[in-house]
Amino acid sequence: MDRGKTEDPYWKPLFDGYAPAREWMARHTPDIAVVVYNDHANAVDMSVTPTFALGTAESYRVADEGWGSRPVPAVTGAPEFSDHLVNSLIDASFDLTVYQELDVDHGLTVPLSVYCPDPGERWPCAVVPLLVNVIQYPQPTAARCLALGRALGEAIRSFPEDLKVAVFGTGGMSHQLAGARAGLINQDFDRMFLDAIEHAPEKLAALTREQYIREAGSEGIELIMWLIMRGALGPRIRRVHETYHVPASNTAAGMVLFENLSR
Amino acid sequence: MNGSTPQVPGTYVFDAAESRRARALNRLCGSLKEAENREKFKADEVAYCETYGLTVQQRDAVLRRDWNRMMELGGSIFYVFKLAMVDQRSMQYLGGVFTGMTTEEFAQALKAGGRSFG
Repeated sequence: MDRGKTEDPYWKPLFDGYAPAREWMARHTPDIAVVVYNDHANAVDMSVTPTFALGTAESYRVADEGWGSRPVPAVTGAPEFSDHLVNSLIDASFDLTVYQELDVDHGLTVPLSVYCPDPGERWPCAVVPLLVNVIQYPQPTAARCLALGRALGEAIRSFPEDLKVAVFGTGGMSHQLAGARAGLINQDFDRMFLDAIEHAPEKLAALTREQYIREAGSEGIELIMWLIMRGALGPRIRRVHETYHVPASNTAAGMVLFENLSR
Repeated sequence: MNGSTPQVPGTYVFDAAESRRARALNRLCGSLKEAENREKFKADEVAYCETYGLTVQQRDAVLRRDWNRMMELGGSIFYVFKLAMVDQRSMQYLGGVFTGMTTEEFAQALKAGGRSFG
């Protein structure tokens, strides 16, 4: 995508799997996307590890991750909407860290590229970054993520303007980057997750962090971020598209697109 | 590692205690996201390690590019990878090092559906 590899035989099946979702999204362009993601030691260093954080800036620069910034547009924020989310979520007892300034890394820009591989000068929608610590134990519990998602959904729906909002839950599926189990892929777990995220998110919320690490790998715990997306949707949803592919470098990659049918 | 942190064989679970133990090492690796730091590091690796206050073990692991040792000393893969990038090494190269495989063997294992445990 941002490195022009979509036709490369290694990457093509992965990107082709996204196409139907992209076509649907092209017909339903959101005004704002709340992107739930994790930073990879780029904007956030381990001097401070916020468990949950929200960006409230006018715009976000693309981080230099060690090889220069990715060739993608800067990200336009939605500060008033962010302020509303901060107020609503803290009122709902989710004690968020607030970022007035934030460089966004591939955790945020790659999902945007999946949605829109050729954005040109600007992304098709404004973005609110919602960061989750999935790198340093203890991460938030899966149950807490689902609960945050539910509060996020209420916050979005209570915004006075009538906006179309997408929520992107991101994070690799099963994978582990280091240690003797590096290269772990647990397709059974991933397929169970892809199914349960629609029908039984409580079942996924009930899994412990240790279960995520054992079953999905030390980095597979990134899956808890999907539960924030799931929680934000209303009770009536429709599965528009899903895809699953191994490998994307060292990880299993899956995607599921839900349309929210509740108001 | 903290007592409540899960212990999973073959898996480093990076926690706040590890973050403290390996702070100098991870800070050094993290600093390499800045282009000017990469140049300084490449110009004199030993002096650069000195600036970041690495322990002797951490310094030796960095200078020898002993990726396994860096992880044993509490390195976080997200930081350590920045050092690998300076050497133009991929995550699949590191995966091979961690599992005693060549990069090609590791990549092939992933392509074949990944490595399975239990």
